[in-house]
Amino acid sequence: MSASPKPASSSRTVATPLYPRRRGIIIGASDGLGAALARRLAREGYTLALLARRQELLDALCDEINHESNEQRARAYSHDVTEYNKVPELLRRIVADLGGLDLVVFVTGINYPPGGIDKYNFENDRRMVETNLIGAMAWLSPVAAMFQSAKSGQIVGVASVAGDRGRVGNPGYNTSKAGLATYLEALRNRLTRHGVNVLTVKPGFMHTRMLQAAQGPTPFAISPEKAAEDIWKAMKKHKQVIYTASIWRWIMLAIQHTPSVIFRRLSF
Amino acid sequence: MSLTLDNTFTQLENFGHSLRASSYCFRPTRTEEIYEVFRLAKETGLTVTARGAGRSYNDASLNGGGIVLDMSAMDQILEWDPASGRVRCEPGVTLRQLWQRVEPDGWWPPVVSGTMKTTLGGCLAANIHGKNNFQKGPIGEHVMEFTAMLPSGTSITCTAEKNADLFYAMISGLGMLGVFTSITLQMKRIHSGLLSVDAWPVPNLSRHLRDLLDNAPHYDYIVGWLDATTGGKHLGRGQIHGARNLKDGEDPNAQQTMQLAYQHLPDRLFGVMPKSLLHYFMSPFLNNLGVWGINTPKYIPSARKHTFRQSHAEFHFLLDYVPNWERSFGRGGLIQYQSFLPRETAETAWREMIELSQRRGLPSYVGVTKRHRPDKFLLTHTVDGFSLAMDFKVTNKNRATLSKMLQDFDRIVLHAGGRFYFAKNSETSAEAARAFLGEETIVKFKKLKQCCDPNNLLESDLFRRVFG
Repeated sequence: MSASPKPASSSRTVATPLYPRRRGIIIGASDGLGAALARRLAREGYTLALLARRQELLDALCDEINHESNEQRARAYSHDVTEYNKVPELLRRIVADLGGLDLVVFVTGINYPPGGIDKYNFENDRRMVETNLIGAMAWLSPVAAMFQSAKSGQIVGVASVAGDRGRVGNPGYNTSKAGLATYLEALRNRLTRHGVNVLTVKPGFMHTRMLQAAQGPTPFAISPEKAAEDIWKAMKKHKQVIYTASIWRWIMLAIQHTPSVIFRRLSF
Repeated sequence: MSLTLDNTFTQLENFGHSLRASSYCFRPTRTEEIYEVFRLAKETGLTVTARGAGRSYNDASLNGGGIVLDMSAMDQILEWDPASGRVRCEPGVTLRQLWQRVEPDGWWPPVVSGTMKTTLGGCLAANIHGKNNFQKGPIGEHVMEFTAMLPSGTSITCTAEKNADLFYAMISGLGMLGVFTSITLQMKRIHSGLLSVDAWPVPNLSRHLRDLLDNAPHYDYIVGWLDATTGGKHLGRGQIHGARNLKDGEDPNAQQTMQLAYQHLPDRLFGVMPKSLLHYFMSPFLNNLGVWGINTPKYIPSARKHTFRQSHAEFHFLLDYVPNWERSFGRGGLIQYQSFLPRETAETAWREMIELSQRRGLPSYVGVTKRHRPDKFLLTHTVDGFSLAMDFKVTNKNRATLSKMLQDFDRIVLHAGGRFYFAKNSETSAEAARAFLGEETIVKFKKLKQCCDPNNLLESDLFRRVFG
């Protein structure tokens, strides 16, 4: 998958003391939560690199953002997060195009429910782990190295309430998100001492394409815009872990503390 | 071993702490290492900017997302000849190293900035001026020779005669044509470590400028403090300091006063309070009311002409007198707006600007005036006239209004035939730069850049802002 043509570096939006710019990368920005966050952060004045596989969706989003802000605040880079070896060079090019780097948000996530508590599908499980977890590590590992040496920066990773407990419904997805949450926690423990904030976001149900895959009821479902707003607020406060909607914090607290002897007999 | 970008990502700031950008930072110690960095830049498709001490108020030494060559480790004084006063230095040598080396032998750098932390490479790239600009010109006029490395790896030596085009363009060229690797300067003879300083008040702008103009010929250095918080008939009031070098014999203890111990800037206030803490105590006063409250009592006792003797270091390096003073401007930092105006139009233009700033509630907290003359360097900022430098505090609240005001300032200055200084102003647009430099100058500069750096390897945030 090729990235969009390199914009001449001189065409990049110049930062000055009176127009300071924060520069961010959003991986998984073509729709849903990623797109909502892109709009939200652009409104806060961020200059953004938007990454996803689907170039047309990205282009449309960039046009919309740039039109609204009346300057080039968003650039599109088409990219498949499982092409791990392409990350270092693409990252370097994006940082040069943006003129620095202050924020990286990893939103990309896929969910292939096996379709029943007696169904198993290794191929789908592998794809979920490769995208949701290894894809995140491929990006966040070089980003963490840069932020650590710069002693500045912010990382936001979108995990899920699904990672808080292994459940009967979707072992592969649970695992990918649990792995991501643990990876983010480890990065936080490494980077906080270097002045870098790592925020783990655990959304519950959200009205996105992924919700269509949900099996059964979807309580407390929120719009991606509401989730983006929650994330922005948490970013400003340099929080560590948030649930969105916030009620999930209490729900998951109860679920996490349900004894296994009961939990393994439940069919959820 | 070949270089990599690993573990080099560093967040850099400008002098005023008002702008930050992260870059891959390298700190060469030898000329060959500069070439290694050029090679890495070509391999990775990144641009390179040289950085000295990072004492520019804007983005001159920032290259966000690209490579920054931190030249501060190339800081050897290679040759010093106390007989002729010629010194050959690496570009990372600071003015502090330089004056401390030459003064005990009876010499002083011909042109110095308000801080001694600047490096010679940076001084040449910006072609800095001092309080003696009206007499001695910018630092470039005292460069006997320099060697620079071009992005191709070729070293080129320039003097005012040899490679003259490049000599006059690389000095003032913002580091966009090559990276200085060695600089030969002619020092200026002194006969004492002291200057004789006259200080006197000026009640308004018209007197302020007339006194600068009329008195400059009688002094070696002249500088004015302008209280930009006062309007009406007192607008432009302030105090002028004129200083002259003592002649041979005027200082009976010349040998002593030229020793470093005598030039030492005290690091404690009243012998007790560490000056490094002073900026914390200054910050509560750095608002409209506080500055007015300081400027007024500062003006009143100055209203008496007096003469005193002061060491060179104390007179010149006011910005080093309070360490980290720029921190007292708070989180948003500060920016400086310096305009250079011909003597005929200066008064009207500055009156308009100062009135505008007061009307909009954005008065400058520090105003400094100087007397200038033009020079021959390609991207020159000087005119036959004066300069006024104004410091503004940047806050999240005032950014938009301040930006609007500086755009109005730019229009006033350009209309009055003025110029800007690339080491200072951070908001000069490409259009404003074109207007004061002239199309012809820009074409010439770009042509030289095309020759020296055909792949545009050398780029700074400033270059992209002004020439991009």
